[in-house]
Amino acid sequence: MFDKKRFSIISLLAVLVLVGAGCARDSGGGGAAGGGGEECPDSEFGCVEVASGDPITLGTLLVISGPNASLGLDSQYGVQIAADMRGDVLGHEIEFDHQDDGCLPEGGQTGAQALVSDPAIVAVIGTSCSSAGVPAAEITSEKGYLMVSPSNTAPDLTDPATHQPFYARTAHNDNIQGAAMAQFAAENRKATTAATIHDGSPYAQGLAEVFATVFEEQYGGQVTTEEAVQVGDKDFKPVLTSIASKSPDYLYYPVFVPEGAGITQQARQTSGLSDTDLAGSDGMLTPDFVEAAGEENTSGMFLSGPDLQFTNSFYEDEFLPAYKEDYGKPASVFHAHAFDATNMIFDAIEEVAIETEDGGLLIPRTELKDAFFDTSGYEGIIGTLTCNEDGDCNPQTTIAVNEVTPAGAFEPAFTATLKLSETE
Amino acid sequence: MAVKSAVGEGTTTGIRGFRRALLRLPIRKIILVILSVVLLAGLVVGTRANLRAGIFTFEDYRSFAIDGISQGSLYAVIAVGYTLVYGILFLINFAHGEVFMAGAFTSFFMARTLSETGFLDRNPVVSVVILLIVSMVVSTITAVLLERIAYRRLRGAPRLIPLITAIGASLFLQNTFRGLYGAATRGYPIPQSLRGRWDIFGVPILKTQTLVIVGAAILMSGLFLFIERSKTGRAMRAVGEDKEIASLMGIDVDRVIVQTFAIGGMLAGAAGVLWAMVFQQVDFFMGFIPGIKAFTAAVLGGIGNIVGAALGGLLLGIFEALAPNLFIPPSVPSPNQLKDAIAFTILVLILIFRPGGILGSSEEEKA
Repeated sequence: MFDKKRFSIISLLAVLVLVGAGCARDSGGGGAAGGGGEECPDSEFGCVEVASGDPITLGTLLVISGPNASLGLDSQYGVQIAADMRGDVLGHEIEFDHQDDGCLPEGGQTGAQALVSDPAIVAVIGTSCSSAGVPAAEITSEKGYLMVSPSNTAPDLTDPATHQPFYARTAHNDNIQGAAMAQFAAENRKATTAATIHDGSPYAQGLAEVFATVFEEQYGGQVTTEEAVQVGDKDFKPVLTSIASKSPDYLYYPVFVPEGAGITQQARQTSGLSDTDLAGSDGMLTPDFVEAAGEENTSGMFLSGPDLQFTNSFYEDEFLPAYKEDYGKPASVFHAHAFDATNMIFDAIEEVAIETEDGGLLIPRTELKDAFFDTSGYEGIIGTLTCNEDGDCNPQTTIAVNEVTPAGAFEPAFTATLKLSETE
Repeated sequence: MAVKSAVGEGTTTGIRGFRRALLRLPIRKIILVILSVVLLAGLVVGTRANLRAGIFTFEDYRSFAIDGISQGSLYAVIAVGYTLVYGILFLINFAHGEVFMAGAFTSFFMARTLSETGFLDRNPVVSVVILLIVSMVVSTITAVLLERIAYRRLRGAPRLIPLITAIGASLFLQNTFRGLYGAATRGYPIPQSLRGRWDIFGVPILKTQTLVIVGAAILMSGLFLFIERSKTGRAMRAVGEDKEIASLMGIDVDRVIVQTFAIGGMLAGAAGVLWAMVFQQVDFFMGFIPGIKAFTAAVLGGIGNIVGAALGGLLLGIFEALAPNLFIPPSVPSPNQLKDAIAFTILVLILIFRPGGILGSSEEEKA
């Protein structure tokens, strides 16, 4: 009896201590005024305190492992080059905390939570994949961490109804990419019927839907089948047989490398699809895809992606040589977007940071976000960038449709420059 | 007049008798039966809607069925590995999917070399045999090492412990091979002569699928003959029935267990090459989902029963291929996305009525 009473008292105390600890951490946040005696103007999300001599830390949340690693690593290298070329921001060195989004919602969630639990992180460059972006944007916006994506393209992420306030992107909006592909299919390939396959992710589903809508409404085509598979599926023969039964002219499957490779291989062996054009999007625009699918299968298919024929010489003369020297040939296309995103963040930091008396910095989070979203007419590698209130910093883009050569190289076969307001 | 017992034991006639009988019906069974009827009705309605809509021709359904048989054969060969190990050790070897992956992925490097030198296209038969040997050797070694290092010490432990060890071993093998071979998905080369289709009795079948079906049939019959006729096979069956009595009869139980793992490994290795030829992709994670599905197939057929495992594998493959396009009404968009859901729903239906699996005991599983 005595034991039981002691036990219950101790456990009650333990519970109270845990509850107290939990509550205390919530109200703490990053708003301590300490440091050099300056006041932080952001009362909601607080300021990042950078002591004198300390580096400014940015987070990255990109897919750096697994079958889609080439996409994230390529962006990460672009970020690193931006930091190397910049040297320092307001006298402080630049450091990174790299996290892995795994191109999955779980990865985006875990990585974002890891980053927002560190009050020293000023802003985040990420995510690579839109499927990771959806949960990550919610978590970072909840804590007031600015997040800029170099390659999220799903329309939902900047749709006024679902946009998270601290999220922005320098990548194009897929309302543009889907429309460009539909234009290519209808005008260049003279396709009158098309079928689509997506994988349930926001990226693929968004692209397939935009393509279907534009193909039908703007070009009068007919979408015979809209199908879906799951990430991780290996057997696509039933889906392809189902699609082949309607004999479409064009098959568009804007998915990622593993599923895209499998669909390509098996489509080439489906007798009903021998006359059908196969097409994908920027998730497959990497040599890893050709390697996984086999050159004889990818030859002659079409892949859309951002147009890398930039009009400025900085990309050719300075960026690419620096990239090739440190990291070899680029394996994806979003390094330029990552470079521009990082520099825009640096510019915003320089604009809003408050220098404290002892040589440190206070960076208010809300003001940083506002300064970033106010970016207008910024001359980046990818073009002139102006951010709108929904987070799209690249509302006018040129999309290229590349043909895959028998040797596995990507040759631009068509470009379309579209503005976000023109598309639906 | 109703007979009444003074002690109140209850009447067997009249209103009270009826109520008593009603209360004796197990509620759980009633709910299960209602659930099954609803699901079955759904399947029937969906099938009628599909056939009436006439989206697919007979040739399409035949093509689905063949896809299903091919896929099912692969599941069957892997499932046998699960069921063999369970039969003697009562252990679910969750790392078996990784044994399958080890052979397939290693054979990829051999296949790539053969393909680059052109040997693959010039001598397809010899090449496939070489690949099978490489894969089977690697898988067997992996399985035997697994038994030696991970499972042998835990022979007497409560059943949960080896299960957790198996899951751990699975993760360990996945990441080891990821470290060894890289995280990228590789395209598996197939000989030129294996591309395209054959016309078998007027039915067009992919050449690789034919190879799979024939290969799996040979492997399964070979295994069956081995288990039934050979001395080692008899020893395995004896150990499966009763380990202690078998050792009293002079059977080296340890050796038999190693042999069981080895056979399971060989089958998995062969399945690995066949799988790689059909899907032409290998990566370090490729064993996870097929492993789970093969395990489910083994349970479906009656775990511990080899013929059951084969049957379960075939059925699962056929359900996966046929069900989305047959049972799901055409008004549902993208039915192939629901492939796994519908296949496992049918499995659940079968297990409701036969909890021990199709060829297992029909009684409820005793603890």
